[in-house]
Amino acid sequence: MSTYFDFEKPIAELEEQLKDMQKVQDKGKIDMTDKIQEVESRILQTKKEIYSRLNGWQRVQISRHPERPYTLDYIENICDGFIELHGDRNVKDDSAMVGGFGQIGGQTVMIIGQQKGRNTKQRQQRNFGMANPEGYRKALRLMKLAEKFNKPVITFIDTPGASPGLEAEERGQGEAIAKNLMEMAVLKVPVICIVIGEGASGGALGIGVGDKVIMLENTWYSVISPESCSSILWRSWEHKEKAAEALKLTANDMLKNGLIDGIINEPLGGAHTNAAAMYQTMKEEILKMLGELLKKNAAHLVESRIAKFSAMGVVEEESQSA
Amino acid sequence: MSWFKRVKEGITTATKEKKSTPDGLWHKCGRCKKAILTKDMQANMWVCTNCGLHEKIGSKEYFDILFDEQQFTELFDNIYPADPLEFTDTKSYKDRITDTISKSGLKDAARTATGNVNNIHVVICCMDFGFIGGSMGSVVGEKIARSIDYAREKRIPFLMISKSGGARMMEAAYSLMQMAKTSAKLALLDMEGIPYLSILTDPTTGGVTASFAMLGDFNIAEPEALIGFAGPRVIRETIGKDLPKGFQSSEFLLEHGFVDFIVPRTEMKKKLSLLLGMLADKKIEREGEKLNLQ
Repeated sequence: MSTYFDFEKPIAELEEQLKDMQKVQDKGKIDMTDKIQEVESRILQTKKEIYSRLNGWQRVQISRHPERPYTLDYIENICDGFIELHGDRNVKDDSAMVGGFGQIGGQTVMIIGQQKGRNTKQRQQRNFGMANPEGYRKALRLMKLAEKFNKPVITFIDTPGASPGLEAEERGQGEAIAKNLMEMAVLKVPVICIVIGEGASGGALGIGVGDKVIMLENTWYSVISPESCSSILWRSWEHKEKAAEALKLTANDMLKNGLIDGIINEPLGGAHTNAAAMYQTMKEEILKMLGELLKKNAAHLVESRIAKFSAMGVVEEESQSA
Repeated sequence: MSWFKRVKEGITTATKEKKSTPDGLWHKCGRCKKAILTKDMQANMWVCTNCGLHEKIGSKEYFDILFDEQQFTELFDNIYPADPLEFTDTKSYKDRITDTISKSGLKDAARTATGNVNNIHVVICCMDFGFIGGSMGSVVGEKIARSIDYAREKRIPFLMISKSGGARMMEAAYSLMQMAKTSAKLALLDMEGIPYLSILTDPTTGGVTASFAMLGDFNIAEPEALIGFAGPRVIRETIGKDLPKGFQSSEFLLEHGFVDFIVPRTEMKKKLSLLLGMLADKKIEREGEKLNLQ
């Protein structure tokens, strides 16, 4: 049973019709082939229409779809082999952040990403994809390991934010993220960061400093979630749709503003509607990017990575007339 | 006398209406409520002479406190905020900028200056809470980046005084990327062996804590400052419990190992220059400084 969003209502209705027609067809008394074909093409048409003009809030909803592929789903489906590595060597293993060596098309890579859960128990165990400081420190440990063995790093970003809590603060959530930003900027191996779902704030950026920062078509990336933004600026949760527009958090906006390097298209209707196709696209895109980045030497990579982030921001500058 | 007494203070008081340095002859301490002569407060660097509360002060005051004879040269003061996203909430960001500039006399939430601190040449970037809560947008990021480049070019120590509510939402992802930008620049400063002193004052939270503020070679805090990643309100709502006393204070961070030391504002200049002096100590050229092991 699929979950439909409000804006998918026309699709849901058509699919319901289709199901009824198929039932009639199956009984074999009336030939419905023509009608069925007509509805099928209308479904496709409607999907195309709806998905070509999604607004910010609708993308946010798709990015959170409970059936969307998560980090470990991608790993399982694009890697020929994968060895998960655990722990930050200090406090514990954070299962909201997973990582390990894997092979994609014959190339060994370090893959790291936030992991969400599918059911209540898993969600709790994965802390809803909100990593603690030890998660960020594990990520950094694995990146350093990749650097040592000269393997590229791929990160999958999917988090509603870094975990806010007593223990996170005690163990230095701010310091852990800050350290990652600084170390990732000068990592000597290629770094590819892909937002596969939610890209919320410092919790996302903490594994998001790369040579290629890419967003899937129906994801969002910003400094704050639309809900929290609404509650702070409008003092109510009611304005989340307005906030989502104002934050310019979609892949298209982010690319237009020069804050990401590219967008990977999703199957029509979102990654969850055809996961197999999504994995195929993901694998191809990663291999393409690796091919490009592996040609560059370490100094060139680091220099251009730092230059790219240093150029981000828009200010007004008065000419100095003194 | 009214029947009801307000239990919680300040809920309806907008942050922008709070003044960083009060004028008038008398100053009433925000904590112990004692009235103290303003000139005495000023002489004591806006630290309450009765209870020791460190009042929030801005870049003007910090520059005066730290630079010798209050002499310094301001750098990069020709940068103003833009409105790249044409952001509007209950008020347009453009209007917010214009109003804040005219009200505060500041151009954005950070200023940079270079000069001497007890004869040690440094560059200092200091945040101003009075400008949209000291929030970090493109200007703050750019000023910090340029300050770091200046320190690298002149090979002088970089001091950063943080005082911020975190990211500036009206610049959304641009604001977020300032965390990466400043941290990347600090990586270069670090590689070049130039000292970076990060001074944490009340409050230092959010994206500022999760980037440059926590990356000092030395993280130094003023007493009793609020320093944290997530805001106390967010944490309280998440865990559904009241926070322990002293949570996210300078003293809490010292205890958990995230600041090197706490120094009262009145001692800050002395202690910073002592530390910088030690680092600038005449270097003895020593063989084998670079490890070339067989």
